[in-house]
Amino acid sequence: MEIILSTLINGLSLGGIYAMIALGYTMVYGIAKMLNFAHGDIIMIGGYVIFVTMATGNPLIAIAVAVVACVILGVTIEKIAYKPLRGASPLAVLITAIGVSYLLQSLAQIIFGSAPKMVTVYDFGTIKLLGATVQISALVTLAVTVVVMVVLTLFIKYTRLGRAMIAVSEDRGAAQLMGIDVNGIITITFAIGSALAALAGLFYLLKAPSVSSTLGAMPGIKAFTAAVIGGIGSIPGAMLGGILLGMVESISYKITAIAPYTDAIEFSILIVILLVRPNGFLGKKRREKV
Amino acid sequence: MSEYILETKDLGISFGGLKAAQNVDIKIRKRQIYGLIGPNGAGKTTIFNLLTCVYKPTTGTFYLDGQEMKGLTPDKINQRGIARTFQNIRLFNNMTVVRNVMVGLQHRPEYKCSVFESIFRLPRHFKVEKAMREKAKELLRIFDLEQERNALACNLPYGKQRKLEIARALATDPKLLLLDEPAAGMNPHETEDLARTIRKIRDEFDMTILLIEHDMSFVSGLCDEVTVLNFGTILAQGDTKTALADPEVIKAYIGG
Amino acid sequence: MTLKKLKLRHYLNYMVIGTVTAVLAGMVLTGYKFDNSLLFLLEKIAISIILAVSLSLVVGFLGELSLGHAGFMCVGAYLGGKIAALLVPTLGNGPLTFLIALLAGGGAAAVCGIIIGIPALRLRGDYLAIVTLAFGEIVKSLFQNSSDETFGGSLGLNTPRYDKNYLFIFAFVLVLLTLMVVQNLMRSKHGRAITAIRDNEIAARATGTNVTKYKLLAFTLSAAFAGIAGVLYSYSNYTVQSMKFGYNYSIEILVMVVLGGMGSINGSIIAAALITFLNTKLATILTGDLAVLQNLFYALILIAIVIYNNAPALKGFRDKYNLSAFADKIRKSRNDPGHVKDDKAKWDVVPTKIEMNEILSVDLTPQDSSVTWEKGGPK
Repeated sequence: MEIILSTLINGLSLGGIYAMIALGYTMVYGIAKMLNFAHGDIIMIGGYVIFVTMATGNPLIAIAVAVVACVILGVTIEKIAYKPLRGASPLAVLITAIGVSYLLQSLAQIIFGSAPKMVTVYDFGTIKLLGATVQISALVTLAVTVVVMVVLTLFIKYTRLGRAMIAVSEDRGAAQLMGIDVNGIITITFAIGSALAALAGLFYLLKAPSVSSTLGAMPGIKAFTAAVIGGIGSIPGAMLGGILLGMVESISYKITAIAPYTDAIEFSILIVILLVRPNGFLGKKRREKV
Repeated sequence: MSEYILETKDLGISFGGLKAAQNVDIKIRKRQIYGLIGPNGAGKTTIFNLLTCVYKPTTGTFYLDGQEMKGLTPDKINQRGIARTFQNIRLFNNMTVVRNVMVGLQHRPEYKCSVFESIFRLPRHFKVEKAMREKAKELLRIFDLEQERNALACNLPYGKQRKLEIARALATDPKLLLLDEPAAGMNPHETEDLARTIRKIRDEFDMTILLIEHDMSFVSGLCDEVTVLNFGTILAQGDTKTALADPEVIKAYIGG
Repeated sequence: MTLKKLKLRHYLNYMVIGTVTAVLAGMVLTGYKFDNSLLFLLEKIAISIILAVSLSLVVGFLGELSLGHAGFMCVGAYLGGKIAALLVPTLGNGPLTFLIALLAGGGAAAVCGIIIGIPALRLRGDYLAIVTLAFGEIVKSLFQNSSDETFGGSLGLNTPRYDKNYLFIFAFVLVLLTLMVVQNLMRSKHGRAITAIRDNEIAARATGTNVTKYKLLAFTLSAAFAGIAGVLYSYSNYTVQSMKFGYNYSIEILVMVVLGGMGSINGSIIAAALITFLNTKLATILTGDLAVLQNLFYALILIAIVIYNNAPALKGFRDKYNLSAFADKIRKSRNDPGHVKDDKAKWDVVPTKIEMNEILSVDLTPQDSSVTWEKGGPK
């Protein structure tokens, strides 16, 4: 019972992290129509910024600086690497994004070395829940993710800016004709996505207090899976997909026989979902005009 | 051999609840130039997509030369004898003009050559390549494109791109040629030239042509018969002059 | 230009590689002893060329991004290596064993290529790229967790040692084979069909192209040669470790293809040789954490090249200052303008420009059924 409960809680908190990353992916993919391969690496940069700023001893300052730094980084990447390619083939954009991801990883490794850096942001301690010991940080992660999701949904639905984002994602050309500043909207999207990535970086450090240059690579790809499972472009979908993936991973790790194959299992799920239901559970269908 | 080269029977398709086309019965005789006209959104391109198996019909079926064609894939239907052009031109932009036509040619049985023969450069590869190139040049000559044969397709002016698309469709050796707004964006001089070319295709290749067009003078000057569509259903059908004079048709066009 | 000259131009790459191989082989066979590190470098270069040329089939010509090329190589390396290890006691460690290993490794990778080709029929662009990436990671994970008796698990698989003096000759013969297959395929009607799919899949279908056949063909051939490169790798390294075949290696191969100019076979060959050479040289200079500088360099190159080649804003600049425009000018000045030459020789020029906007005017999001609805109806 305790094992089941702790697996569950663990899955939920891991799912929260994936959901947080997937939210960023889904926003950028939905609006800028590109797979930002470097999204996972912004998480890693966020982690390093927290590592550096924790020298002040104040977690709140560290988090604030990390969010600002990631936003600046995300927007800069968009302006330098992606914006010149607007209107070019998606293949070119994708390859550039891979290049950026690679660039960030190697930069981090050059600056901070290849050995992981240890950093404890804040120790929330544990509580007993139905007999199982639960990290409070796991609950915090989950709570923050849910709040972020709700805020994002409301923002998209009820603000001028949010509706402009929907317009850009539906039809960029038409949005432009309606007087919406498409480039501005895409920049804002990247800013929001990067801020979420910084938070995801924080959650990673709460879960395991070490940061290395490859921190974001795998979670980034897995979170993309989550975004696809939920349906690319759908905010609740990203949440749903993230939690599902977190659960699968958490359960798979607990079963000794399949534990080493956890990554393979997750990627197999990704392939199957893409083949069987490429629009995900909550995604919209998009078709090509002949 | 059937009396009609194309015969659609109760052809229809609905998307969700929306009936984009229904009860469409069209009969086209060999060597006819047949017009498919109607206001925007009438379902003309939808009919083309049904005839080239891009869409699966919800109701009805259609026959090419007496043989049922429903349920094939777009490449198979092309090989069976229906070729088309697109409303928004779809060329192989990074290939030269002559190669565009060769892609159309290469599925004909007379240019058969296996992957194995090509990789190991067996004699048939060279024979087939040479024959295809000659044939492509011949086709390009008909469309006055021979000079530009080594230009990239995307560098051609608009009117020539339209012509190239027709040449490529013709290269697949169809029994029925579907032209989706061939005169769109052309000036009166080019339109006239196009009408001549289409007649020439009919005469030289014994071709049957079904075309969608908005230019009424173009249609009345060229088509033997027309079908007028509105909201996915047939409004009028038959001899071009009579059909175009139909009060219902005029009403649909000027919106009464 | 006479037909004879054209042909010479076509086969220039075979001749260069063939001559170099023949000279080096001649020296070895007459008893000259090369430095082992040089032989090892030659093998590595051959492996890289095979990988890059085979990847360019999918990325450059079919226009789909594969991020799992190292995965196919991994399958080839493990299966080929294992078969070789099993056969050595009975057949001896000779060319026959090597040949069987090549067939086994290449064949197994080809089967994986078919498996990955099936999603490629339904998915395009980003989604397909992710599927290939996932495939690579799955393969890596499966071999990593294999038992010690089968594929050596995380410790890796030990493979037979082959006489280093001769292996590079076989390696370059395989390079020539790869080149022949890929180049001849692309310069035939089948290659045209593959590029047609890249340029406009819907139009390709409408002109009778069997898209299923050609996509599977491209993926399978590409995977088969990656598998062959894998077998070579296992022979060259004596040991195969799954860790080596991760996503990073796939990206390295992609860098070669992009650097060489997408769709340019000769470009891929040169880039593969150059990068492999630099890698080896840099590995001795950049040690420890500095080794990452190399990755940084690749990342910058990748970004710069792709932006330069694709940015719509730079189109005018590109048209003015690219090699093909320059070549056209020279040609034009030499010939009367009315006479346009046969386009055979243009092959290298056309696709290097990677202006693939049109391919992918096609919406990237996958379609789940054959029924599609046109927005707003015909205009």
